[in-house]
Amino acid sequence: MIPNCIRSIGSQTSKRNYGSWSKAVSFLLNKNNYATEASFETKPFRLHKLDSGPSTQVSVTKEDALKYYKQLHTIRRIETAAGNLYKEKIIRGFCHLYSGQEACAVGMTAVLRPQDSVITAYRVHGWTYLMGVSPLGVLAELTGRQSGNARGKGGSMHMYAKNFYGGNGIVGAQVPLGVGVAFAAKYQNTGGVCLALYGDGAANQGQIFEAYNIAKLWDIPCIFVCENNGYGMGTSADRAAASTDYYTRGDYVPGIWVDGMDVLAVREATRYAIDHCTSGKGPIVLETATYRYSGHSMSDPGTSYRTREEIQEVRQTRDPITSFKERILNSNLVAADELKKLEAEVRKEVDDAVKIAKTDKEIPMSELTTDIYSAPLEKEVRNVTPFNPLPHGRLGPAINL
Amino acid sequence: MLTSAVRGIARRSFSTSKWAAAQQMTVRDALNSALDEEMERDERVFLLGEEVAMYDGAYKVSRGLWKKYGDKRVIDTPITEIGFAGVAVGAAMAGLRPICEFMTFNFSMQAIDHVINSAAKTFYMSAGMINIPMVFRGPNGAAAGVAAQHSQCYGAWYSHCPGLKVVSPYNSEDAKGLLKAAIRDPDPVVVLENELLYGVQYPMSDEALSKDFVLPIGKAKIERTGNHVTIVAHSMAVQNALEGANELAGQGIEAEVINLRSLRPLDINTIIQSVTKTHHLITVEQGWPHCGIGAEVAARIMESEAFYHLDAPVVRLASVDCPLPYTKSLEAASLPQTPDVVNTVKKILGVAQ
Repeated sequence: MIPNCIRSIGSQTSKRNYGSWSKAVSFLLNKNNYATEASFETKPFRLHKLDSGPSTQVSVTKEDALKYYKQLHTIRRIETAAGNLYKEKIIRGFCHLYSGQEACAVGMTAVLRPQDSVITAYRVHGWTYLMGVSPLGVLAELTGRQSGNARGKGGSMHMYAKNFYGGNGIVGAQVPLGVGVAFAAKYQNTGGVCLALYGDGAANQGQIFEAYNIAKLWDIPCIFVCENNGYGMGTSADRAAASTDYYTRGDYVPGIWVDGMDVLAVREATRYAIDHCTSGKGPIVLETATYRYSGHSMSDPGTSYRTREEIQEVRQTRDPITSFKERILNSNLVAADELKKLEAEVRKEVDDAVKIAKTDKEIPMSELTTDIYSAPLEKEVRNVTPFNPLPHGRLGPAINL
Repeated sequence: MLTSAVRGIARRSFSTSKWAAAQQMTVRDALNSALDEEMERDERVFLLGEEVAMYDGAYKVSRGLWKKYGDKRVIDTPITEIGFAGVAVGAAMAGLRPICEFMTFNFSMQAIDHVINSAAKTFYMSAGMINIPMVFRGPNGAAAGVAAQHSQCYGAWYSHCPGLKVVSPYNSEDAKGLLKAAIRDPDPVVVLENELLYGVQYPMSDEALSKDFVLPIGKAKIERTGNHVTIVAHSMAVQNALEGANELAGQGIEAEVINLRSLRPLDINTIIQSVTKTHHLITVEQGWPHCGIGAEVAARIMESEAFYHLDAPVVRLASVDCPLPYTKSLEAASLPQTPDVVNTVKKILGVAQ
């Protein structure tokens, strides 16, 4: 599916509208005549209650470019694999794919510092990988096996890592939680911020506005990130929101609109937002304009409320991976061979992970009643009948003991 | 009525307290000292909720704490339950020990998603990685003359959910010991206080006055021993149970009164042992009967060995199965009263009324 897509885009290069990008500036050529750094012009940011925004002139080193490309490509591969596993009925229940939105997560994590945290909703596979979990940890969680990030107990929507608080399945609920995580950073004076992510659908939830109010009132270093992919399930943004300018919806909270298909623009906007929060100015809203290629979840073909042409158009003109690839190739920052080699490595890693995720064992039955409480007060848990109660086990590290 | 009840109870002995020489303390002050001592003990503990700081608490439970601990640790929130409850849970995820006060538990319905889905389930879903060390507390149950929306017991609601621990203190010792235990516990604990008991004084033993006094969550207390019938109750209904037992004692019936203290875990072993001895069981609560705490106790007894020791069916005393009315006479009639306890005991014992 992806190779097809890339081929079709490759054949239509001329149709692409990269007009807003200035010609790449390459400098410090190395011995192979490749640049070590290149700069580009992003689409203009839109600002709300801010005098000045991030610079639209962004640069990237070769090392970072390769890193971002690898991350973008890995997420796309993981999601493609997830989609296939779902179709094979190996992944059950929910499965919300991030394909098309990769630049948001990669751009944001590019500037996260060790003291910063992230919390997001249920479209969580890519984020989990970026926050330090291996592709196997993600894919085996999806298949519900023991190598999964949450040992297969959480599934598609519930994955966690250090400084990464999920993976939350109730639309909008992660936003006040994220303000709480940021509150803890302020309380403990860590200097950290928390990115609290939600979609354009959740942006209309009442608790988002309660969270804006509390965060601004208490100057909490929270970055509210609205990943606007255009649709809350099958309802387009303008059919659900009286105002689709999500970066302004915090009212008294300043906001920035950023092209969420441009990894470097997202990176700059996030860097700006972290500076804003850590300089004591309180929270900020970041709207990343993006697009999801798949349906809302795997049970949604994603074509009844939008046209196939619309999806094709985005794939061909705004794809976050091919556009970034084009840029770093055209600016002589990387060679096609290098990317090809990277792609092969990623492909192998994800393919290997898929194999293990398919054949890996499920956790033993004893874990049915493991980790209900971090400090269990009863030795046993009621079974289906009262006749054979199960022992309450403890396994996980319980980071807040 | 309350004062006379306290006098009545005080005449009978508490099983574990040296009541005779004990200092009296209101439930409010007992809760206040629990908060104060635990905040002093652990810098990560903080209190947030509506009116908890400058106003000293809507029911004055947090009186003086804002002056002592300041804006950082005693925090007035906007009247936005889902927002501040969510913030509290998030803070717990990231290592703090929040005490989230609901002005009353009736308002916790606005935030129940965070109590259940965010606080109770995350530890399990994360395979034991992210535990949520926090407390949700506030007054619960029927108050006086505040009508249906402000008069509900959430004991059954919250104790239904695995991942939560739920306590329902009755007197001052319960309140202090259980709240301190809840604050120290690394899992989310719901502390259901009773508004009408806040101002009531109960004896506090020397032990209970100590900063080290902590009651175990999950253990019931036998308030009064007896051989003829077991009366299980929690929160304010313990008062009815004790008053009823008092009256029955005058008629030669010795009731064993069990104060549950904890609704999850439920100390079923203490009840089983008692029923094995008394062969009779009634439950008393101010919540609704349907799927209530009494229903759970009855079912657990039915599933245990104690069933074979019963000489009569278990009977539940609960609120009438309707929303609580404002009308004074109807309000009283909707809640189990002491005569209901006495009459029910006599009925299941086959004693003439």
